[in-house]
Amino acid sequence: RWHPSKPVRASFPKATMKINIVTKSGKAVCSVSDVDANSTVLQVKRSIQKQKKGLSPDRIALKAEAKGKALKSDVALSSLGLGDGSTLIFKDLGPQIGWATVFLAEYAGPLFCYMFFYPRPAFIYGDDAASMARAQVVEVAAACWSAHYAKRILETLFVHRFSNNTMPLFNLFKNCSYYWGFAAMIGYFVNHPLYTAPSDLQMQIGLGAFIFAELGNLSIHVALRNLRPAGSRVRKIPYPTANPFTLLFRFVSCPNYSYEVLAWTAFTLMTQTAMAGFFMLAGLFQMTQWALGKHRNYRKEFPKYPRRKSIIPFII
Amino acid sequence: LREAIVIMGISKVYLILYNIVLAAGWSWIAFEALQYFQGQEWDFTKTAGLYAAVERPLQISQTAAVMEILHALVGLTRSPVHVTAQQVASRLLLVWGVCWVVPETRTYWGFALMLLAWDVTEIIRYAYYAFNLMGSVPYVIQWLRYTLFFVLYPMGVTGELLMIFCALPFIHDQQIFAYPLPNPWNTSFSYYYTLLAFAAMYAPGFPPLYLYMIAQRKKVLGRQPSGSSKRD
Repeated sequence: RWHPSKPVRASFPKATMKINIVTKSGKAVCSVSDVDANSTVLQVKRSIQKQKKGLSPDRIALKAEAKGKALKSDVALSSLGLGDGSTLIFKDLGPQIGWATVFLAEYAGPLFCYMFFYPRPAFIYGDDAASMARAQVVEVAAACWSAHYAKRILETLFVHRFSNNTMPLFNLFKNCSYYWGFAAMIGYFVNHPLYTAPSDLQMQIGLGAFIFAELGNLSIHVALRNLRPAGSRVRKIPYPTANPFTLLFRFVSCPNYSYEVLAWTAFTLMTQTAMAGFFMLAGLFQMTQWALGKHRNYRKEFPKYPRRKSIIPFII
Repeated sequence: LREAIVIMGISKVYLILYNIVLAAGWSWIAFEALQYFQGQEWDFTKTAGLYAAVERPLQISQTAAVMEILHALVGLTRSPVHVTAQQVASRLLLVWGVCWVVPETRTYWGFALMLLAWDVTEIIRYAYYAFNLMGSVPYVIQWLRYTLFFVLYPMGVTGELLMIFCALPFIHDQQIFAYPLPNPWNTSFSYYYTLLAFAAMYAPGFPPLYLYMIAQRKKVLGRQPSGSSKRD
């Protein structure tokens, strides 16, 4: 693109080049001829889309070499050393779905699935159930659950910055089954007329820990957002900020996951419900894997990365 | 380097022994079964006492198969852990979770069907693995493994489902393993519905596994499963 503010350089004629697009096994997919050295990978993808209807750029992954990483869309071909006659390896990532849609489904879904049981619908619990007494903790639990997912939705809208536009459609079904499934199971048992509340003390400790964990989690999300200014590609090691909740960075690479695990442990303690415990364990298992990966990436990228664990201080 | 060779040697020897022992275990079951039917004057409709005759060797051999999950876990065998775990778990569910827990299923004819399918399959399978580890599998074993499954697999599935459906009414009536509300854990468990859900999984689970074996057969035996122009 030509910007008026940029000096016009003495440039060579912009020769268009031909890029061959092949599959991993070498089979020809198509060739792209309407790009030049300054074109970006995205423009190559758009060109492929023109030839292969139905392949939006979001579902195209292009690599320079089979074992390499997928090329980012905004990179210019010249900076990759690609010229006329170069080959790019193509992969169809399958139907994609926008991240906003995904997160809305993943986070609004559990909200509804849990609260669906709150009024004690008769066809599930029987006709008398709705009029039976509710322990105080049942109300508190409903508030906590709702607040957690409301917070997540707001964070998705206002706090998080995402590196990808889309994700594979299959992930949506997998993730929603997980979130909605657990929401329904936990909601079913906590709102059940035969629910047995724990002691008030246990509920209070659980609630306190839950609020603490939610604030902690939010603090980390905000800190991570502020770590990188919008639009920049700078990567930095996260450190504690003025916010005391971020002190956890001294001990783990992913304190947001640590606080999340704490929140669900607190919720389980507060409600003394086995399903909530399973949900916490499932989350712990998944988040530990993510944390280990992120921790590994940090250590690879920063040779002087401080001594920390990934998710549980001193442990893992 | 010498240590590594010794170690590899030991693993292989262990696996060969494991497979031989299990093939022997399932052969013992077959022997007991045949002895039982001999006592019934070879009347194969009289299956009621079959379970009693094979109970111990069956429990031992099938439970021993958990070792295969361990083998997969530590990489001794190339099988994927989750597949092995699934297969062993479903067998254990039937041996312990159905036959042992619900005695009324033991005299049901579905047991004989299930046992026949399992027994033939397992003897061939363990023999196959043992030979494979020792160097080469006799063609007849290879052929049996990749041909008999056509019949044995559906037979086994039918037997297993029959056993489950035989057990379900008793589980419901006697509330076996039921953990109802209210309780301190605020959860409930219904063995009845769990077993029902397990039975339901056979429907989506069977076709892919069956088709996988058919594909394997083509690969291993190298010709059309049902007659082809290239016959030796």
